Amino acid sequence: MARGTVVIDMNRCKGCELCTTVCPQQILQMATLYNARGYHPAVLVDPEERCTGCTLCAVICPDAVMTVYRLPAKTGKQAAVHTH
Amino acid sequence: MTTLPLTEFEVVYHRPDTLATITTHYCPGCTHGLIHRLIAEVIDELELRERTICVAPVGCAVFAYNYFNVDGCEAPHGRAPAMATGMKRCQPDKIVFTYQGDGDLAAIGTNEIIHAAGRGENLTVIFVNNATYGMTGGQMAPTTLVGQVTPSSPTGRDAHMVGLPMHVSEMISTLSGASYVVRRSVHNVANINKTKAAIKTAFRVQMEGLGLSMVEILSSCPTNWHMAPPDALQWIEDAMMPVFPLGDYKVTDAVMPLTKRR
Repeated sequence: MARGTVVIDMNRCKGCELCTTVCPQQILQMATLYNARGYHPAVLVDPEERCTGCTLCAVICPDAVMTVYRLPAKTGKQAAVHTH
Repeated sequence: MTTLPLTEFEVVYHRPDTLATITTHYCPGCTHGLIHRLIAEVIDELELRERTICVAPVGCAVFAYNYFNVDGCEAPHGRAPAMATGMKRCQPDKIVFTYQGDGDLAAIGTNEIIHAAGRGENLTVIFVNNATYGMTGGQMAPTTLVGQVTPSSPTGRDAHMVGLPMHVSEMISTLSGASYVVRRSVHNVANINKTKAAIKTAFRVQMEGLGLSMVEILSSCPTNWHMAPPDALQWIEDAMMPVFPLGDYKVTDAVMPLTKRR
């Protein structure tokens, strides 16, 4: 499976929780801390690296706070060999 | 597994360049921001940024001109199609779009949109329908559903007294100058992608000079509907879509090939 990750602009996030409803891996959560605007921003909690970089969170985000990354297929394969 | 540095990854989604870097004033979960982003993505993909002009409405989107990295101006309430007409006729090489809510386009500005469509002005209209007057506190709009409780219809909209919700796409589609009139929604990812495709087609219609193109978008207003943002998206599907069916209300023969392009 593809490997990806998400970088969230936490100070721009308004904590609407829409991204948490669409993430197929359910690895987006709301932080307990507050951001500069007083909202609980979304955070990626992905210790098992389950993010596939599917971009669904970015597609539904009303404030465009998501930057989505995906590992190129070749590098992903090499990394798997290297790390197991 | 080991954690790889971010430099090993490639970017598959980033904020569109046409969307300004400032934070919008919209409430959390308001789909105005989402629709802004779709428009910005389309302008980026069609490489129109240097020749696009945004006409902002009165309503929640009154500051829309601040949020796009394109030239923009603010029209008097409801008059965005009239202002856009003047700009497009003076500078036909520019791409002019209006961004209007239902209080703006379907109430005080009904006259302007009908005659712009009747004249076949070569404009793109993004019509955001959230069944309420968002900016002023959620009062009843022409698109408010029967039975919907608002500050100005505290026992629910009474069809006997104030009539039934206005179906703008159906109305505009009857006018000969309109060439592309569709209704879309942003209540889930699949429909967001369809909405973006429709916005792209609407801009292409203008680029080809085929007449008025309008995309009506069913949008949420979590604050004035008194709902959490995910519940508000569900309400679009459960309550609004039966009253405002999604679909293509007018696609002329000349426009049909444009709908197939990606």
